[in-house]
Amino acid sequence: MSIFINKRTKLVVQGITGRDGSFHAKQMKRYGTNVVAGVTPGKGGSKVGAIPVFNTVEEAIAKTKANTSVIYVPPPFAVDAIYEAIDARIKLVICITEGVPANEMMKVYQYVKEKGARLIGPNCPGLISPGESKVGIMPGSIVKKGNIGVVSRSGTLTYEAIWALTSAGMGQSTCVGIGGDQVIGTNFIDCLEAFEADRSTKAIVMLGEIGGSDEEDAAKYIKKYVTKPVVSFIAGQTAPPGKRMGHAGAIISGGSGLAVDKIKALNKVGVPVAYSPTEIPVLIKEQIKLKAEKAKAKANKTGVKKVAKKVAKKKTAKKK
Amino acid sequence: MKIHEYQAKQIFAAAGIVVPEGDIATTPVEAYNLAVKYNKPVMVKSQVHVGGRGKAGGIKYAENAEAAKILATQILGMDIKGLTVKKVLVTVAEDIISESYVGIILDRASKKPVIMVSSAGGVDIEEVAAKTPEKIFKLFVDPVEGLKAFQARNLAYKLYRDINQVRKAADIIMKLYKTFWESDASLVEINPLITNTASDVIALDAKMNIDDNCLYRQPDISAMRDLDAEDPAEVKAREADLSFVKLDGSIGCIVNGAGLAMATMDLVKRYGGEPANFLDIGGSSNPQKVVDAVDIILSDSNVKAILINIFGGITRCDDVANGIVEAVKQLQPEVPIVVRLTGTNEKEAAKILKKVKLPSEDTLDKVVKKTIELAGI
Repeated sequence: MSIFINKRTKLVVQGITGRDGSFHAKQMKRYGTNVVAGVTPGKGGSKVGAIPVFNTVEEAIAKTKANTSVIYVPPPFAVDAIYEAIDARIKLVICITEGVPANEMMKVYQYVKEKGARLIGPNCPGLISPGESKVGIMPGSIVKKGNIGVVSRSGTLTYEAIWALTSAGMGQSTCVGIGGDQVIGTNFIDCLEAFEADRSTKAIVMLGEIGGSDEEDAAKYIKKYVTKPVVSFIAGQTAPPGKRMGHAGAIISGGSGLAVDKIKALNKVGVPVAYSPTEIPVLIKEQIKLKAEKAKAKANKTGVKKVAKKVAKKKTAKKK
Repeated sequence: MKIHEYQAKQIFAAAGIVVPEGDIATTPVEAYNLAVKYNKPVMVKSQVHVGGRGKAGGIKYAENAEAAKILATQILGMDIKGLTVKKVLVTVAEDIISESYVGIILDRASKKPVIMVSSAGGVDIEEVAAKTPEKIFKLFVDPVEGLKAFQARNLAYKLYRDINQVRKAADIIMKLYKTFWESDASLVEINPLITNTASDVIALDAKMNIDDNCLYRQPDISAMRDLDAEDPAEVKAREADLSFVKLDGSIGCIVNGAGLAMATMDLVKRYGGEPANFLDIGGSSNPQKVVDAVDIILSDSNVKAILINIFGGITRCDDVANGIVEAVKQLQPEVPIVVRLTGTNEKEAAKILKKVKLPSEDTLDKVVKKTIELAGI
């Protein structure tokens, strides 16, 4: 099991004849992803490796039954590519492209919601469910099948964290890069919800960074709805205010979006925050142990209550 | 990208928003001549990319042209929060009756533009938001439907009672919203929006930030970029297509990926050092980018050691290794460079690096500790 992508994922690659698109289409196929089609307007009928290329997403779906799309087209055309995929009734669209205009993303976001689809990204590394499917650009060599769910606003930082997990013998159910832009299709809460519902996920790693309030919102959500252990890492404690740190969304503005506030919010709801990616597996072990002890204590208590209830029931039955 | 007040006012004026008459001066004589031309009391306003100019003494009132000249002499060359004033805006002074605030930003949580208005204008709006949030009214606009006239009018009623002023303010809010979209702004702000004795509604100040992702389709605004107002190293980095922010520490950092770059800086601090910069060489890096990155960092005399941390995914470690070899050959750095290259083609990279015999480590924590040790901190 996994979230969002699995063995049934049939992928169409938009922008497959470009430099990045063709390279990663082959990489995904080599990993075992079922890449069924590519799309580049004007290049229909050609092939990239053994992957057939179509002129439109609609045609690609009609011929191959693709159910997921990944987008590698350049920034000025990326938004149009998202609309095309959504209109062709694709329910899961992953946009890798960096540099998409934020104001256009606000409109696309609304459209995607209305159509009941899911968009991941833009400006993201995509996702990988080890042993099942990889969509995007994450290196397949660092992951291992297992039961840790990983969600991150970053790219290479995610690889670092995954590698720390794999090196510690902890495999992953799914690793999702949600992207570093201001307006993104899928946020932490969406992924936390999916991981909480996913049977194969036993613990969750959430990698955040400065800017916005998604980590604070996630903390509130965790307190209310997440029963699985969550461990976090927040990048940017040394970032100065008012400066964009690489990602369009990584900026401390008007005193909000600080790393220290995010760490505080997470700690407050019992989520430990690692000081280094290498500390993440250590914290997960601690959290799993802690949860198990709590569950045990709770089970003992409820056990006593159940017995008491049964006795009470018998008594009322007798009275009748 | 940030633009100056006078540039934002040009854009506002073109959109039909009333701004006071004014022009830019780079010398006291130019300021004098402008004041003579307007033949009215003027404001002399420093043009730097930083807030709090007034408090820092960078905005002054001049009764006449002589005073404007003296004030321009004082303000030009002045240092405001580390930035040197090279231009002043000389603008006709208004008699102010009331000061309000109008701003539009992209709200990340709701993924909508949010219009904020407050009758408590002319002061730092973040302070108002923190101390008296009830004085700020917000409207989240449907990005597809756009702003409706009645919505703008309702906001204007939060600022004024006089129907003529309400109409004028509503018109300004509509035009500001249009400007926000058409200029691909991430922020537009009028603080203060004033009323004067003639009951006019005027944008006394103007602030605009433009989404960097949209500059390719905003040639006129891109041309407004003031290289003089930016750190030279940051200008050089942008030309080399590197994401770079200068800091005050002594450990130079070269990393691939923004999140990992920040995490690396944070670890430098945790292990007792201070990062000299943020630098992300990006995804598909060619060797020249590494040479440029080392060059930019070496131009900072505070730097005592350079840390190169690469986790190869799309970035190939052998490409980076070739860049490092080239940088060492070309630039002959006197400070130690400590390297960690892991991921795609790391074995090939290790072979290439043998040519230059640089200290290397295999994990993030180790490479940070080693760099700090060699920096002699």
